[in-house]
Amino acid sequence: MEMLSGGEMLVRALEDEGVEYVFGYPGGAALHIYDALFKADAVPHILVRHEQAATHAADGYARATGKPGVVLVTSGPGATNAITGIATAFMDSIPMVVLSGQVPTHLIGEDAFQETDMVGISRPIVKHSFMVKRTEDIPSIVKQAFYIATSGRPGPVVVDIPKNLTAPENKYEYHYPESVSLRSYQPAQKGHSGQIRKAARLLLSAKRPVIYAGGGVIQGDGSELLTELARRLNYPVTNTLMGLGAYPGSDRQFLGMLGMHGFYEANMAMHHSDVILAVGARFDDRVTNTVSKFCPGAKIIHIDVDPASIAKIVPVDIPIVGPVSTVLTDLLAQVDAHIAASDRPLPDGDALSEWWQQIEGWRAAHGLWHGRRYGESDFAMPQDVIKCLYDVTNGEAYVTSDVGQHQMFAAQYYKFDYPRRWINSGGLGTMGFGLPAAMGIKLALPDAEVACVTGEGSIQMNIQELSTCSQYATPIKIISLRNNYLGMVKQWQDMQYEGRYSESHYAASLPDFVKLAESYGHVGIKVEKKDDLEPAMREAFALKDRLVFLDVFVEPHEHVYPMLVAPNGAMKDMWLSKTERT
Amino acid sequence: MRRILSLLLENESGALSRVVGLFSQRGYNIETLNVAPTDDHSLSRLTVTTTGDDLKIEQITKQLNKLIDVIKVVDLTEGAHVERDTLLVKVRAEGAQRDEVKRTTDIFRGQIVDVGPTTYIVQLTGPTQKLDSFITALGDVVILEVVRSGVAGMARGEKILAP
Repeated sequence: MEMLSGGEMLVRALEDEGVEYVFGYPGGAALHIYDALFKADAVPHILVRHEQAATHAADGYARATGKPGVVLVTSGPGATNAITGIATAFMDSIPMVVLSGQVPTHLIGEDAFQETDMVGISRPIVKHSFMVKRTEDIPSIVKQAFYIATSGRPGPVVVDIPKNLTAPENKYEYHYPESVSLRSYQPAQKGHSGQIRKAARLLLSAKRPVIYAGGGVIQGDGSELLTELARRLNYPVTNTLMGLGAYPGSDRQFLGMLGMHGFYEANMAMHHSDVILAVGARFDDRVTNTVSKFCPGAKIIHIDVDPASIAKIVPVDIPIVGPVSTVLTDLLAQVDAHIAASDRPLPDGDALSEWWQQIEGWRAAHGLWHGRRYGESDFAMPQDVIKCLYDVTNGEAYVTSDVGQHQMFAAQYYKFDYPRRWINSGGLGTMGFGLPAAMGIKLALPDAEVACVTGEGSIQMNIQELSTCSQYATPIKIISLRNNYLGMVKQWQDMQYEGRYSESHYAASLPDFVKLAESYGHVGIKVEKKDDLEPAMREAFALKDRLVFLDVFVEPHEHVYPMLVAPNGAMKDMWLSKTERT
Repeated sequence: MRRILSLLLENESGALSRVVGLFSQRGYNIETLNVAPTDDHSLSRLTVTTTGDDLKIEQITKQLNKLIDVIKVVDLTEGAHVERDTLLVKVRAEGAQRDEVKRTTDIFRGQIVDVGPTTYIVQLTGPTQKLDSFITALGDVVILEVVRSGVAGMARGEKILAP
């Protein structure tokens, strides 16, 4: 048996776990680990410029690949800087393992230099956490951390490791466990067959059905099955912000995103439906609007791997706890069996064609992809920037975003045909997510086109990562929509605060982003006139091995529509423009 | 509605803070809390009393079950159960009140476990309501200090909470 120090065990365990990249930042309490990392030279490490970016990069890596992201930080400020990224991953159920150095065991609790209670601070935003007590426990704890992070409903796991336990002089036998079993944690492997049978019956009896699919379909690798089910039944599908790509965006049966800035036809179809099949979605307040007015005539089937997500917000008629992939497989079989056993055709074709007619009517009236639903300006319209990005990348790019108007425009106008291509902070809404996430994706998938759609507000929250992109040659494309305002804040101030722009304007303080990009060794292109947009976009993507920062001046007063009317509105209550509402 | 939730959890440092943290994080109320290791020292038994309608209790139970350190959760109030809370109360016991406290304690089947020149400590075990009644029954007696263990409980009969 091989004898290894704690630091060496940690690195070897990452290797045994098949970790491709560690995103991190060294510091005192993590130095033994960093030395072991250097000596082993087996797991590539990406040195970010701020620990928050390490978590977002690992997060982007995880979302795009389905594999857990790995972060290594030091104690104190290293750990606290990682918190926003851990919370981001937690809210969106992203598998991540965060290793944090801690002050030596004998100093814990003494307010030592760079001491902070990482396990305590991160407790509400992790799936689980470990404080290592004995060096010899390191392999089994790492194994458990990866298992917990990636199984059931995925999420971030923190492993806090006091410095003395990684010291090079103390060596122990290393053995990496093959498997792990925890008496207190057994995530569901299959849905209840009786419930699935009932669900098939209800689904086939629907006259106005909608499939409402969320991020769980993507995380649970259920996109193909979901698509198969929807196509077999010819039922309309809407995806949540987190679920975009779970069902092909350019497909006829796709209604677009639903919710706060969802498509008119998606929100109308939800409100008027009689059966909703919710898959891997959690009835977030950005979807439901006023809960008491949510889809008054609908019976709800809810499939989720997390029992706590079911009936948390909205009562459910048929709950099914289980992984979306196995449940959808079983549901497809049950649907087939019911159709075969029935003496009349299922589902009801007449009712369904009437329902589709109604949906097509909604689409024709106000659908974002059915006619131009926004105005013109001397500047580029933000919607046109996204459409241009879509065209230039043939709809094939991995698109990350930050948070705000640009995020909603990207979600509305880039038609995602595949899962794991749309990467954004949906739950926590973290500005500064886009650039480091794009970096993580490009490292994982060097041949893929990776675009970060951002704004001049968000990009400045982690802009230091332009330096990391330089060091590791990650040629992503940054499409920054510059309107000189915090756009979504401004929109709300326009709509609810009589246009009082309290602290949402940058005055003349913005940097010259072109020069800034150039100073990091990248390419910057300024697009001030709308006619320059397409050539600039093509030029950016033609520069295959360069990071390009596209600083696009957009119409500053544009709003994102549709927008659910709140408070007290239902899903059918929407603003469709600055002057029109349903 | 008042509920008694009983949990088996890993006897690990931090397990208790995860449970308590969950209650504060999600805005659930804790009325009493009792926790101690069981005969199996790898396990702790925790009993918490809280209030909420069925929907809320269902959500609390699900959220507790999600905690990796929590092995089992049961709502004791769903069936027949025994619940016990222990009260220690220190009262001023002088003159005629010495006898009065003694009499009230006997009626409630409590015990005087400490006798000072001017004070008694009374110990009483029972369901929460009985302890509340005892304190009310003390009437004019001056209460100097009160400590309660919090409710601990078990289901009656064959129902067992085990890993």
